Amino acid sequence: MKWDWQVFLQDTGGGQTYLDWMLSAWGWTLMVAVLALIVALIAGSLMGIFRTTPSKPLVWIGNAWTELFRNIPLLVQIFVWYHVIPSMFRPLQAVPSFILVVFALGFFTSARISEQVKAGIQSLPRGQRYAGLAVGLTLPQTYRYVLLPMAFRIVIPPLTSESMNIIKNSSVAFAVSITELTMFAMQAQEETSRGIEIYLAVTGLYFVSAFFINRVMMVVERKVQVPGMIGGGK
Amino acid sequence: MNLDFSFLNWAVISSFVLKGFIFSIQLTVIAMLGGIALGTVLAMMRLSGKTWLVMPAAFYVNTLRSIPLVMVILWFFLLIPLLIGRPMGAELSAIITFTVFEAAYYSEIMRAGIQSVPRGQVYAGYAVGMTYGQTMQLIVLPQAFRNMLPVLLTQTVILFQDTSLVYAIGAYDLLKGFEVAGKNFNRPVETYLVAAVVYFVICFSLSMLVRQLQKKIAIIR
Repeated sequence: MKWDWQVFLQDTGGGQTYLDWMLSAWGWTLMVAVLALIVALIAGSLMGIFRTTPSKPLVWIGNAWTELFRNIPLLVQIFVWYHVIPSMFRPLQAVPSFILVVFALGFFTSARISEQVKAGIQSLPRGQRYAGLAVGLTLPQTYRYVLLPMAFRIVIPPLTSESMNIIKNSSVAFAVSITELTMFAMQAQEETSRGIEIYLAVTGLYFVSAFFINRVMMVVERKVQVPGMIGGGK
Repeated sequence: MNLDFSFLNWAVISSFVLKGFIFSIQLTVIAMLGGIALGTVLAMMRLSGKTWLVMPAAFYVNTLRSIPLVMVILWFFLLIPLLIGRPMGAELSAIITFTVFEAAYYSEIMRAGIQSVPRGQVYAGYAVGMTYGQTMQLIVLPQAFRNMLPVLLTQTVILFQDTSLVYAIGAYDLLKGFEVAGKNFNRPVETYLVAAVVYFVICFSLSMLVRQLQKKIAIIR
């Protein structure tokens, strides 16, 4: 077979080239992934913290949340957000589907982040919690000033791989017609029949995005490292 | 809005959903067995210490693990017909894709499992006069397998969830079965909801079983 990279300079029929389209699709992929990551970090941290509190109802809520969002395939969750939820709550019909996908992907990922945050908090010596309470801090203060600063640093490596997963998982948004990279790949492949070139470029962009996130997280890890901890450096 | 599940009787389930359910299970089981077999080979290659074996295995595993599964599914669906020179059904293409893809993930689990066995065990095997093959087969692998069994099963639950992504190439799986039923009766909301519940019940029960198993194994150790 012969390569034909010029396919990217062809007009899509809408006054833009396939290259333009692909770059805008890349933007959508990154936007969905980053917004979903923010949702996932907030929801996942909250649920992870709930699961380590002494309060039984909070533990139950955290566990239920985690099991619910972990045991349904992402694609099915996206369909539920897209088809089921707006038809049950009318006001949500005005919300753009892109926002619904962000929540679907965010909540899906929050189940995994909740596991990691929980494990991070539980990996701290029990004495830390008691020490916080013993010097008169309230439970929320103990979390804020004693437990979480260490726990979050401990979970940075698993959070890095979750952040890279979220880029990969954002590809499932194709199913509800978000024009992100995978959607672009499928449509451009059909229109141009130059599938290999298109797929190679798209795969390359996924690599670059994941690699970029990896570097950012490594910088974060280095910035917040604690001296004296394993991997904490000097 | 009013939900109406009355159309979902046994006749509808058996004519639309069952076929997809069977395919999803089929895909999961074949990809699991094939993936574990291929994954073991890859793990052995990576642990062999010989550069010409380590490099290709590492390349295989790292490449597949950094590409979204949907893209891998699309790639195989595009490339297999080009290589064999004739079109291939979405279902068969999915089976090949998942076996190859899951092998990358299973191999990492196997590698971690084998590495979790203390090195002294290998030396002990050599010390009593066993060969490399005997040491692996009789001493290292049985312990490694016990260590990694829960993780292997958890990965299989994830694999079952991931099979829903064959949607990208239009293969007829469990989710597709529900979708087609929903379209036929113009009740998409209900069918997606039921699909979510069915997936949840299956995956949650399996996760619970894995957790039980994990406890049992932990006590023996």
